Amino acid sequence: MTLLDVGNLWVKFPTRQGMFEAVRGVSFSLKKERLGIVGESGSGKSMTGRAILRLIRKPGIVEADRIALEGTDLMRLTEIQMRQVRGEQISMVMQDPKFSLNPVMTIGAQIMEAYLLHAKASRSEARAKAVEMLEAVSIRDPERVMRAYPHEMSGGMGQRIMIAMMLIPNPQILIADEPTSALDVSVQRQVLDIMDRLVTDRGMGLIFISHDLNLVAEFCDRVLIMYAGRIVEVCDADKLHAAQHPYTRGLLNSLPRLDQPRARLEVLQRDAAWAEAPSVSGRV
Amino acid sequence: MSGMTLRQWLLTDTPTSRRHAKMASFYKGWLTLRGNTMAMFGLGILVALGLIALFAPLLAPYDWTTQNLGNRLQPLGTEGHLLGTDSLGRDILSRLIYGSRITLYIVALVALIAPVAGLLVGTVAGYVGGWVDLVLMRITDIFLAFPRLVLALAFVAALGAGIENAVLAISLTAWPPYARIARAETLTIRSSDYISAIRLQGAGPIRIITKHIWPLCISSLIVRVTLDMAGIILAAAGLGFLGLGAQPPSPEWGAMISEGRRFILDYWWVATMPGLAIFTVSLAFNLLGDGLRDVLDPKDSET
Amino acid sequence: MLDITDLNVWFGQGRDRVDAVKAASLAVEQGESFGLVGESGSGKSTILRAITGLAPDWSGRITVDGTDLGRRRDRAFYKSVQMVFQDPYASLHPRHSVDQVLSETLHLHGLGEIDRRVAKLLDDVGLGPRFRFRYPHQLSGGQRQRVAIARALAGEPRLLLLDEPTSALDVSVQAEILNLLTDLRAERGLTYLMVSHDLPVVGHMCERLAVMKDGEIVEVMEVAALRRMEARHPYAQSLLQASVAG
Repeated sequence: MTLLDVGNLWVKFPTRQGMFEAVRGVSFSLKKERLGIVGESGSGKSMTGRAILRLIRKPGIVEADRIALEGTDLMRLTEIQMRQVRGEQISMVMQDPKFSLNPVMTIGAQIMEAYLLHAKASRSEARAKAVEMLEAVSIRDPERVMRAYPHEMSGGMGQRIMIAMMLIPNPQILIADEPTSALDVSVQRQVLDIMDRLVTDRGMGLIFISHDLNLVAEFCDRVLIMYAGRIVEVCDADKLHAAQHPYTRGLLNSLPRLDQPRARLEVLQRDAAWAEAPSVSGRV
Repeated sequence: MSGMTLRQWLLTDTPTSRRHAKMASFYKGWLTLRGNTMAMFGLGILVALGLIALFAPLLAPYDWTTQNLGNRLQPLGTEGHLLGTDSLGRDILSRLIYGSRITLYIVALVALIAPVAGLLVGTVAGYVGGWVDLVLMRITDIFLAFPRLVLALAFVAALGAGIENAVLAISLTAWPPYARIARAETLTIRSSDYISAIRLQGAGPIRIITKHIWPLCISSLIVRVTLDMAGIILAAAGLGFLGLGAQPPSPEWGAMISEGRRFILDYWWVATMPGLAIFTVSLAFNLLGDGLRDVLDPKDSET
Repeated sequence: MLDITDLNVWFGQGRDRVDAVKAASLAVEQGESFGLVGESGSGKSTILRAITGLAPDWSGRITVDGTDLGRRRDRAFYKSVQMVFQDPYASLHPRHSVDQVLSETLHLHGLGEIDRRVAKLLDDVGLGPRFRFRYPHQLSGGQRQRVAIARALAGEPRLLLLDEPTSALDVSVQAEILNLLTDLRAERGLTYLMVSHDLPVVGHMCERLAVMKDGEIVEVMEVAALRRMEARHPYAQSLLQASVAG
């Protein structure tokens, strides 16, 4: 069943040198799956994630034939209706938890607030729910964490708390924009495992935005590879290492590998035709 | 390059010489400023003020000192006296026009003294740190603890009344906030990688402060000075009003209000017209300052 | 080339004192490329900052090219040891053009013919003369890092300290920068001390490496052993596992 269907999405920014097109006619759909979007900085991957939630700040412009969430076209909703969608139906986890949590509120208060915003419940119910969520993201001492402030948390803890907060209203879709790039390798894995478990258990759709091909190959079901605002290739994640497009191949080959020592790394030779080729559809 | 328009040459991302790069970044700043209607409005008023001051003898219908006691306290729109006359029969419009010179003089002097002193104290305190910081900042605190006008009054009382002393007094009370801003900026700049990098090239503190820290502090100080200008003009007018700034018969706007005060109930325009002039110029500085903030703030110009 | 014995580095004093590096010892041979790996907060960057004098509180012995370093670093030191920072967006002065950055550096090292040398440096790091008068905001991350490398090379140093030089860059740009560093080392006979959290990058660039945890060096090994996955210390093993799983 298709959760989200995006058709011909454009994100544009007016500049002095004319219109800058960050995303250029991208189409894809999302089922109850883990969909990876990979690309380099400036490829439009983050803008795609934000555009779905209509979080592009002015003077940026979002245009799309449709962004349908279970049949409702998000492009037609008012800003007030959109606020209902954000959080309740689609949640987003950003790269750095430090910037997403309010530094002067305790973590407990923030999670409870997130819950109370979307559900009619008493404070004690909200509290119980918050503790339950913290346990769900494998935080050992939830009562203590509830009373703590964000600066007392490590990066990995902070990101787990963000995930807990985002999952409280039981959204159908989670958009994770580089959720682990600020974390150490060992912590990265824990956070991904937790996210994976929650998403699978709840039957959610996940859009996982990352620059890390290996991570996406390992963690997702399906991958969209973006270049210059377009999708250049769509493939199953387990077949990513056998990808066909020269851009994807170039990215894979430019990574140093411990098992294959080389004197020099392969350098990606960009081809102007890649940017001009029409966007590949990521619809299933 | 011949096929290029001047605009393209200025907007290029690949400048070909030092001068070209400077002019290009200046032009981009100008375009941002031009996009801000209110700032351009403020700039327009200030340019007009400058021109009026420059061409005062040509613009003023009368000499600012000419008295005509038989023609005193004429209302607005009187034949030959558009803004009326004051208690000694002097043309108010002419006096306002000549007064713009004094206003600009005060503004220029204060703008030269206060921010420079503040920048020096603030960046040195911020960069050197330790006891130097402690001493300089406590001195700053002492100056900040005095009410501004009272301190200025004390200085003028000690040095004698007059425009120069008023300017000096205002500058002395105006520099501490600039020192605070410059110090706060320096503290964040000091720990940045590009300062570490230049230290690793063996640069000494004087070079780092003047060549690397000042250029980054100056923009926020310019913005702050422009926004403060209104307050400075008002302080100068206030001193003039209290009789401690410009002395009669000088057409300083504050002094003119002070003179008109005696007749304010029956002849309101005598005090109101210079008041409106002060208001307009102060507003113009505030509008321009707001616009400049958008142009000069390095935090926003990154994108 | 570089000898570090029993290095301790700390920040703050009294109760606020944090020991960032504890009794670290390592030796880097002339012409060698040596890696320092560990997670954030393990003290690997702090070692670099102690060598350059940017971390003022340290004890132990640091010897560069046979001379013991004291509290202060002199011009001669900065001529032979230079550093490339992690974030190219933060390591260039936002108001200085590429030309200004390089000219000033050359001037500080007391070198003449600045005009010619700037052009040569830009050429060496693969940036053409087109980039000479640009400001940092007109450059991409990779181009900025090239400028930073050019700045570090201006005084013709012999030891280059690399603090995660590619972790803020895209993988394709990372490959270009790593290749550039490889070439420069071969051309100029440079010695590298490279800090990174990325084991494959260190494996590609270095011959030997030290693994750090909580301010201590837990293992020093050859990259050949790393490739064979022969780490002895359990922490080094777990780090290796986590990096290879991907």
